[in-house]
Amino acid sequence: MKIHVTVNGVAYDRDVEPRMLLAYFLREECRLTGTHVGCDTSSCGCCVVVLDGTRAVKSCSMFAVQADGHEILTVEGLAQGGTLHALQQGFWDQHGLQCGYCTPGMLLTAYALLQHQPNPTEADIREGLSGNLCRCTGYQNIVKAVQQAAATLGQPVGATK
Amino acid sequence: MSTEAKSLHSVGVRMKRKEDPRFLQGKGNYVDDLSFPGMLYLSLVRSTYPHAEIKSIDISEAMKVPGVKAVITGKDLEAAGLGWLPTFHGFDKQMVLAIGKVLFQYQEVAAVFAETRAAAVDGAEAVVVDYAPLPVVADPFTSKTDTVLLRPDRESKTNHIFHWEVGDKDGTARAIASSPKRIKQRLWFQRCHPAPLEPCGCVAYFDTMGRLQFHVTSQAPHVYRTALSLVTGIPEDKIHVISPDLGGGFGNKVPVYPGYVCAIVGALKIGRPVKWIETRTENLTSTGFARDYHMDVEIGATADGKVTALHVATTADHGAFDAAADPSKYPAGIFGIVTGSYAFPVAHAEVDAYFTNKAPGGIAYRCSFRVTEASYAIERGMDILADELGMDAVELRKKNFIRKDQFPYPSALGFTYDSGDYHKTLDVALEKIGYAALLKEQAEKRARGELMGIGVSTFTEVVGAGPSKHFDILGIKMFDSAEIRIHPTGAGIVRTGAKSQGQGHETTWAQVVAEELGLDPQTVMVEEGDTDTAPYGLGTYASRSTPVAGAAIVMAARRIREKARRIAAHLLEVGEADVEWTDYKFQVKGVPTRTVTMKEVAFAAYTNMAQNEPGLEATYYYDPPNMTYPNGAYVSVVDVDRETGETKVRRFVAIDDCGVVINPMIVEGQVHGGLTEGFAMAFIQEIQYDAEGNNLNTNFTDYLVPTSLETPHWETGNTVTPSPHHPMGAKGVGESPNVGSPAAFVNAVIDALSPLGIRHIDMPLSRDKVWRAIRDAEAMKGK
Repeated sequence: MKIHVTVNGVAYDRDVEPRMLLAYFLREECRLTGTHVGCDTSSCGCCVVVLDGTRAVKSCSMFAVQADGHEILTVEGLAQGGTLHALQQGFWDQHGLQCGYCTPGMLLTAYALLQHQPNPTEADIREGLSGNLCRCTGYQNIVKAVQQAAATLGQPVGATK
Repeated sequence: MSTEAKSLHSVGVRMKRKEDPRFLQGKGNYVDDLSFPGMLYLSLVRSTYPHAEIKSIDISEAMKVPGVKAVITGKDLEAAGLGWLPTFHGFDKQMVLAIGKVLFQYQEVAAVFAETRAAAVDGAEAVVVDYAPLPVVADPFTSKTDTVLLRPDRESKTNHIFHWEVGDKDGTARAIASSPKRIKQRLWFQRCHPAPLEPCGCVAYFDTMGRLQFHVTSQAPHVYRTALSLVTGIPEDKIHVISPDLGGGFGNKVPVYPGYVCAIVGALKIGRPVKWIETRTENLTSTGFARDYHMDVEIGATADGKVTALHVATTADHGAFDAAADPSKYPAGIFGIVTGSYAFPVAHAEVDAYFTNKAPGGIAYRCSFRVTEASYAIERGMDILADELGMDAVELRKKNFIRKDQFPYPSALGFTYDSGDYHKTLDVALEKIGYAALLKEQAEKRARGELMGIGVSTFTEVVGAGPSKHFDILGIKMFDSAEIRIHPTGAGIVRTGAKSQGQGHETTWAQVVAEELGLDPQTVMVEEGDTDTAPYGLGTYASRSTPVAGAAIVMAARRIREKARRIAAHLLEVGEADVEWTDYKFQVKGVPTRTVTMKEVAFAAYTNMAQNEPGLEATYYYDPPNMTYPNGAYVSVVDVDRETGETKVRRFVAIDDCGVVINPMIVEGQVHGGLTEGFAMAFIQEIQYDAEGNNLNTNFTDYLVPTSLETPHWETGNTVTPSPHHPMGAKGVGESPNVGSPAAFVNAVIDALSPLGIRHIDMPLSRDKVWRAIRDAEAMKGK
């Protein structure tokens, strides 16, 4: 099937098998390998991307053809103009990653979370990230990273720029 | 002293990780990210039966599936002399693809190669295997009877794999028999799986020179190269193993798996690159599991709580093949650390291992070869003894600790503990958690019938395998190595035989080199995992990176410093004996104004070296004189809901003595992660098999990894007793929290339940198991 998907602002027109998962479309058709696959049951969240700017989706649970006409944000699209996104900076500053495999999914889930809840409590963050598994960090520093990002993004306009 | 010295101080600094920017931007390089022209995909056909004769394998329909290029079976491999793969332990072999019969559910039966991932899976589903089921042996106690012989291929016609023992058998038996107080308890450390988030996988191809290029998820790439050469007969110079970024390992990426061999065979047979990436189900059902030790723990003590003897007899379930990746002289790993932190005058430990119709493994999951099992046995045992004595578990521990002045301490089971201050570490933990107040609160709650528990674990690990006189893998001694090159501008590169899987080597190794040489850690690059460039090493597992490879880095750096001193003498126009290394630079002895920096020396090494050999680099192969003995005191506080059996971990304090800390931020992160894995084993994780040998935990909906919701908040801290034999005084930390924490959780829950007369429940302490124990205990008491 022919599809038109915009990923990180770049248009991709491809002819794909109907059964191709969005995760593999991103990884193998778009060559954006930052989106990872860690399980077969939509349990781990390594593959989370943001659909149409605000919705975190597990790209292993969506067919590429379902993304036809939609916009996808992947980890490769977070940094702008050589500057890390506040979430990326937060994860770096707070040691929110170790092996890095869950990190893209964590970042994108947190990105969508902050769209809906700009000032999340620790409980909100833990709830919001509960669909993303991490085997290395024990989550504590990930929570701090998201808190740091929320604080950075929440500063009055002008203060950050 | 001077401000410059402070700015150059690199060890002990919370330096942000150098590897992070690439991971944060999706630029990591994991094996499934690799793609080569003409690459095929491999999918494995796996057994649906735990034990069955293979009557036939029909590949004809599979070959008709569009995109399928080839299918190979065990018979094909056998004909090529590749039917069996030696296990890393060295005393057994494993079928690459089933030959004649299958021995566990999900065993590899056939390999399908196809143009796409999906076509390979379609092809695998079209392979028809005709099985004739055989009687199943699903536990080691049934196996022991030898009613069903599982491995007729072996010379010895029994399911018993080995008996191993250490210590004084008769002396221990006498001491226990004559002790006024004794406890005996069976403890089962259930079968677990490391489950790194990135599954195992590889890409194999032969380049235009006929050289095998093998990209693989390996914690020990050099060992893979040698093992592959020995197994396949390909000369070792024609094998290039590259272990790229690893998405976690935890011991799971130590063994060589059948899928790797199939990928190489396919690449050779078809002449195209082959990628094999296992699914999560394949990871959990066929690659290295951990634990599965049934341990009978006996402790003798005097009436006032002085331990007299320890005996532990273990029945081990090794699955279908003896694939435990242990050093060859240690079939039960370093289980002899089971005397823990206590001064046992005499002890005896024995392990009997058996084959069953389960997946092979018994790998060192975030643990220095069976140290987690040993630590759990002694730390649970001490709590049960305290219960028997009617004594506070903390008091009992303090009474029996090896004292600070007893180090180096020769243990009853043959180890020489290098350093520690167990009393102090425990006091720091008790102070931090507020032990006295908690005891008071607990007494009040107990009076009201509420179940609150406090659990302590004061473990000692043994890591850093190891001295070559004791430790080898397939005969290769367990040294490790480092090569450092300092460039003319004072930047440099360090390569080691270790391999990071998330531990942050790119940062810590740079800090070590910078500290030793007075350089900027930001300009010291770290490279690992490529057998063409890294010096030979045994890899990263068993907390051996810092104790062994880390020591090699220090020693290589000091070699560089020695050469640099000669160049510095030339630059300072004095004799070498008049130059000293102080405040991260060379100085004319007694003349603080006459100095040269390492950066200046580095430039001179290429531009103005006088009579010295040009260049500034060194290699060091480090054979550790002893193991290191990281230890810690962990205290956990739990509240158990009497009506539902649900446990809430209210607090957890972990004080670790890992010796000198290189990067406190990374150490803290390692402890957080290890505690979370310990929490998982204590409460939710188990690979279960039913009586028919069916694996019941085949994916993340059944094999539970804690999420951000269940995971407790961790409070960490350190005490420091430097290792006296490690050149930097470091001991290693990555595994301590995983080794030490399970007992702290279980001890806390059992402490909470102790008013009901409950003395032990095997992990995982799931809600239903705890609820049943409460219900049964209340029924016994007549409520």
